[in-house]
Amino acid sequence: MRYAETGFNLEIDLSRGNIERVATDPRLTELHIGGLGTNARILWDRVPPEIEPFSPDNLLIFSTGLLCGTPAPGANRTMVTAYSPQTLLMGYSMMGGFWAPELKHAGYDKVIFRGKSPNLIYLWIQNDKVEIRDASHLRGKGANETAELIKQELKEPNAQVAAIGLAGENKVYMASIEQGRSSASRLGLGAVMGDKGIKAIAVRGTKDINLARPDEFIELCNEVLKYIRAREEKPVPGVMPILAGLGSPQEMKLVDEKWHTENFSWGNARVRKKEFWTQEVEEKWKETQLNVRTRLISCYNCPMKCGAMISVPGISTYMMKCFSKLTYTMAAFSDLDFGFRIAQRATEYGVDGFSTPQVMAFAVELYEAGILTDADFAGCPSDNEGRFYWLLDRIVQREGIGEVLANGTHWAAQQIGKGAEEYAHNNIKKHEQLPLKLGMLNPVYFLMYATGEKINITQIEGQFPQSPFPTMEEREDFVKDWIQVPDEKFKQYLLDWELRGEKSNPYYPTVDMSVDIVDWQEMMHYIDDATGICAGLSSFPLKPPYHIHNLPLFISAATGVDMDEAGLKQVYRRNRNLIRAINVRRGLRRADEKPPEDHWRKRFPELETQLLDAYYKFRGWNNDGIPTKETLHELGLDYITEDFEQRGIFENGKGQQKPRTKRGSKK
Amino acid sequence: MKKVKVIKIDVDKCNGCRACEVICSAFHASPKYSSNNPERSRIRLIHDPLKDLYLPVQAGEYTKAECTGRDKYVLDGKEYDECDFCRASCPSRDLFKEPDSGLPLKCDMCESDPPLSEPMCVQWCLNDALTYEEREEEETEEEKLEDVEIGLESMVNKYGLEKVIDTVARMSKKD
Repeated sequence: MRYAETGFNLEIDLSRGNIERVATDPRLTELHIGGLGTNARILWDRVPPEIEPFSPDNLLIFSTGLLCGTPAPGANRTMVTAYSPQTLLMGYSMMGGFWAPELKHAGYDKVIFRGKSPNLIYLWIQNDKVEIRDASHLRGKGANETAELIKQELKEPNAQVAAIGLAGENKVYMASIEQGRSSASRLGLGAVMGDKGIKAIAVRGTKDINLARPDEFIELCNEVLKYIRAREEKPVPGVMPILAGLGSPQEMKLVDEKWHTENFSWGNARVRKKEFWTQEVEEKWKETQLNVRTRLISCYNCPMKCGAMISVPGISTYMMKCFSKLTYTMAAFSDLDFGFRIAQRATEYGVDGFSTPQVMAFAVELYEAGILTDADFAGCPSDNEGRFYWLLDRIVQREGIGEVLANGTHWAAQQIGKGAEEYAHNNIKKHEQLPLKLGMLNPVYFLMYATGEKINITQIEGQFPQSPFPTMEEREDFVKDWIQVPDEKFKQYLLDWELRGEKSNPYYPTVDMSVDIVDWQEMMHYIDDATGICAGLSSFPLKPPYHIHNLPLFISAATGVDMDEAGLKQVYRRNRNLIRAINVRRGLRRADEKPPEDHWRKRFPELETQLLDAYYKFRGWNNDGIPTKETLHELGLDYITEDFEQRGIFENGKGQQKPRTKRGSKK
Repeated sequence: MKKVKVIKIDVDKCNGCRACEVICSAFHASPKYSSNNPERSRIRLIHDPLKDLYLPVQAGEYTKAECTGRDKYVLDGKEYDECDFCRASCPSRDLFKEPDSGLPLKCDMCESDPPLSEPMCVQWCLNDALTYEEREEEETEEEKLEDVEIGLESMVNKYGLEKVIDTVARMSKKD
């Protein structure tokens, strides 16, 4: 018997309509843990780098994490993987909610799609019964609407449904995969789902999930719950309210948005509004939020309440999580009421709440600069909010200017030309970033932005405070019960970190310290992405209940596989290098590892070079960001060396693919 | 005095996480905690998020027959489905039945030796949608009347005690 995992994947060949239940190799669990780790392994093994994202040979993998469905609190994440149509690299998107545990209970660890269906279909998984069903009647339906209709037609109110909206059907590069409470939004994997002709995946499972050493495991769970209770009663002092507690930033619970509205940029990531958060705004926004928020909700088996039911009078109820509350509002220079309204439509369409508002604000800027013209905006309402609704509709339908904008700011700028590239100013690796524009370079954040394979800061950062505490007293207080540190040295880094002077940004934390800190933060995320534990209880917040000291115990007790800290760190390094190798094989090089020019006002080219050099060296990569033979050998990844040698990737400049040009992506 | 164990359910505090189902099914697995499966849980969250329905219900008594006629509640403008508030394992629905055997499930308040401080679902509900109460209840021992007494009582009601006594006395003399 396999413990924690089921030991089976579902392989769906959409071109042939073939469904297979395939036993997996337990050795892969030991090497990669599961979730993102094993997804990456499958992608490496089965999808060569020549395959385009919209090729039938691109795989689309929906995976549970190793601990999903076990009683481990917050282990509920679904990891979705395919080559991304936007970045052309490994697309790596995740969602919480209820889908992954349900799939485990149905008896599968992953669903792997290949091929393309000639017609729009949905997959219905009910334990051993798996059907490809016609979805032509669901074409054009909203993502939540689709989920409700499928549950009704199957007469299965308890089925969990992951669906795309119109954006996914039309292969919009910001298309998300929605699951009611949660969504896999980043990097356009909804478009890959649409390209394959999959409208939705409905799952219902009623089988057991087994644990190898149950008593030990439940004791660990009880400790985590106890810690959460205590931690929630003791918010971290001296940090902004949304970062003081656990979970993802508590955007739904809290109404204080001083920090976001004054520090994040409005419009197309341009304008800081320093004095925005007045008492008047606070009262108005508070009223708006409390009026539409009917309940705070969680994902499967998690005591947090990071999401909310939102009922705006006159439009359908939907569920919101985290920061999409403000992205539309701030992109449009509007207010919170507008944000809640347009997010409902965007959720039904199924689009990424980070990229989409930015693409719309980008279009508005281009129009104001005369690069886009009245002809491009023909039929667009003149009022600000109306313009955003109009743009959203055009993008999702790929109509008129929407056909171009639907490819995201990077590709749209290239297609539009006439200097539009200057306006796609907030991307890394072709992907829109948080609209954050700051003064002084933070060396740790520089490295995370530059080198992150997820291309999304919130899925890399965490654990280490974003800025120093002003007084020694506060620092001492913070490190006192900082049990999560992998090494005592991190406490000293924080104790010595000053707001100003010699030991402040950008030269402190020093280059080596910065690398250490990044390594710790990345490690925790990579482990979560393999186990399926939510970052909100683990890698993201300060002082979380899960950490490097108890996670190996969870994995061992759940699976019976021997796993200690050293072993888990080795798995992390293996997964980190495997994902880097996939992207290297797709053409990623040092030249791509650049945060937006204007991310910090004060830049330090020499220091940035040193940081990147040191990070690559620490990782065992060459100066171009490519893992060396020695590194790969130490991690048991000689098969990558072999592949790199055949392709001439180790030789400088060789094996690097030509910059990819955009191919048409018409309906 | 008898002990009454109560799980108090505050539906407004429920965040819909279903931790109660997870830990209940794990606790009742054999060996304890060796597996989990909400389908075997003796507490289930009846929910329909878009209608804001969140209702944890513990398994109650097994019943052989469905109700004749059903209830439908509207509370606070929210319409609950028929049977939502019912705790029975009943032929009308799949709820509270072992998925393999179909045998009925019933909440036992996590009875165990040594006893737990609180049932596991309550311990795992960090939002306090489920809280536990114990109270002592006086056992009012109603005297059970026998059939003859019941008959006599109604005669007394109808004819008065005196007449009944007289009649009984007269009847006893005859023998």
